[in-house]
Amino acid sequence: MKPLSGIYRIALKLLMNDKSKFTALLVGITFAVFLMVMMMSMFSGILARSCAPVYNIGAKIWVMDPAVNNTNSSIPMPDYILSASRSIPGVKYAVPLYFGSALIKLRDGTYQAATVVGLDDATLFGRPEMIEGKIEDIFAENAFLVVKDAEFPKLKNPKIGTEFEINDNRATVVGIARAASSGLFGVPTLYTTYNRAITYIPSARFTTSYVLIEPKSEADIVGIQQAIAKLGYEALTREQFVRKVSNFYTFKTGVGMNIMMMTAISFVVGLSISGQTFYTFILENIGKFGAMKAIGAKGNELIAMILAQAFVTSLIGYGLGVGAASTFIIIAKWRIPDYAAQLTYPTLGLALVMVMIIAGFSSYIGVRKVLQIQPFDIFRG
Amino acid sequence: MGEAAIIKASNLVKWFGEGEARTVAVKQVSFEASYGEMLYIVGPSGSGKTTLLSIISGILRPNEGSVTVENQDIWRMNDDELADLRLNKIGFVFQDYHLFPRLTTVENVAIPLILKKMEWNGAMKLAREYLDIVGLKDRAELQPVKLSGGEQQRVAIARAIAGKPDILIFDEPTASLDGDTGRKIVEFVKSNILNEKRAIIIVTHDSRIYEYADRIMKMEDGRIVGYETNHFNEK
Repeated sequence: MKPLSGIYRIALKLLMNDKSKFTALLVGITFAVFLMVMMMSMFSGILARSCAPVYNIGAKIWVMDPAVNNTNSSIPMPDYILSASRSIPGVKYAVPLYFGSALIKLRDGTYQAATVVGLDDATLFGRPEMIEGKIEDIFAENAFLVVKDAEFPKLKNPKIGTEFEINDNRATVVGIARAASSGLFGVPTLYTTYNRAITYIPSARFTTSYVLIEPKSEADIVGIQQAIAKLGYEALTREQFVRKVSNFYTFKTGVGMNIMMMTAISFVVGLSISGQTFYTFILENIGKFGAMKAIGAKGNELIAMILAQAFVTSLIGYGLGVGAASTFIIIAKWRIPDYAAQLTYPTLGLALVMVMIIAGFSSYIGVRKVLQIQPFDIFRG
Repeated sequence: MGEAAIIKASNLVKWFGEGEARTVAVKQVSFEASYGEMLYIVGPSGSGKTTLLSIISGILRPNEGSVTVENQDIWRMNDDELADLRLNKIGFVFQDYHLFPRLTTVENVAIPLILKKMEWNGAMKLAREYLDIVGLKDRAELQPVKLSGGEQQRVAIARAIAGKPDILIFDEPTASLDGDTGRKIVEFVKSNILNEKRAIIIVTHDSRIYEYADRIMKMEDGRIVGYETNHFNEK
């Protein structure tokens, strides 16, 4: 391996041997990265949870009222939409889905809100993976499946056979299921059949929350969407629905804007701390840089030294910040099951870009100052 | 002055500012410095010594006149060529030394070698040899702040000679030292650093070290007002 060029080695020694400045720079950048990554991870986690039902049900096409902007606020559609969907060319099959909320009265008399998913009685399309019990038991009298996720303990950790009440109807747990992703609102999820759901839970005249469509092929999707649009409804692919929900939380709830602002503030904090500290470091050494110029260092060599100092420090700070954020998220998820944060590659990439901007800014002010110093100023003192 | 000139300065003029604020720091100055010579430029503050030193060392562009170093007109060079000239031909010892406090002594001495693209281990080895020349080999791993003023001056000298320059420029070398140490440093330079292939130019107004000069060039108000040859030192 080729050793590090001497000039870069000198540059890094100059900075790293100034332990107080180097520490201040690292702390500033690490803290900024930590905050930025945490904010973006939390947002990413919130978005993932807000779209959890879309992932868990797994349908390729979702038909809904155009006014629906998130999974939990479905607007019931008339039954003919299901029939019409089934008659559209390119539709392999279409099934109804009930998606609603219910108040559950537990055995100890306390109430607990829950999300109830009613699966098509004929196909059970969108059924969860079973941990305990058999899926066909869902057809038994009063049968419900309980999803074992972070909210499961809120139902007092039910077992098969546990009973509770939903709207004065007896409900019996016949199975424990697993879902790929937990929901956003901190309530347990129950699965039952579509018909039992609309029977047990008070509803308006229309009962179908969504129609789930399986197209015969990918090529049929556009035609299906156009046909549904003619009915006055909207057919979205899974990705489109996820995007719609994400956009809603990002731009229309304040969650996204607030987190973006916090991320921007973290960025500005990092920029200020590192910019200020690096500038002070350059000022303290300006005479030495001038001396180096007098000795024979060229402008591009001094620029290379400063860039090396700024970028290496920023990358170390980035690593420490990401490490701290990862550790925090792991510990938080371990201690707080509901904690919604996930570290994704786009988050890491975006944080890296921001750190590079911080490094670029810090270098810029350093380079400007060093290029301005004239060796003659060294002689003049 | 009959010996081969390493530096020739002709009709140098340098002013700062414009209009009524113009101050002429160097006025029609011509002189030569020869190989093997220790030339002092002396004069009161504001006489133009430092400006002249900067012009002849390729740091400050004159408004008029020319400077040749080994027959090359340095003020026809671009900035990079000037930087190369300073790196390869001229060694500087600054008044405040300007050693990097966060680098070790040997790393400070190695800076010109690093700038000459010498690989790290080779540069450190050579830098130690130069530290040995100035008698500070055992101080190689210390930071400059842990050295006395005289030792720091010697480190600065080691750094200046590390690039094997033909011209050594000292700016007020004794200003930060007590009289005895200052004399010892200049005596050391005269005995160990000066040779027939090198010229040393010292800007000073410390009369206690005049005895080591081969020639003293006196400046006042931007002009050369006279020369003095030190006959004790004639070879």
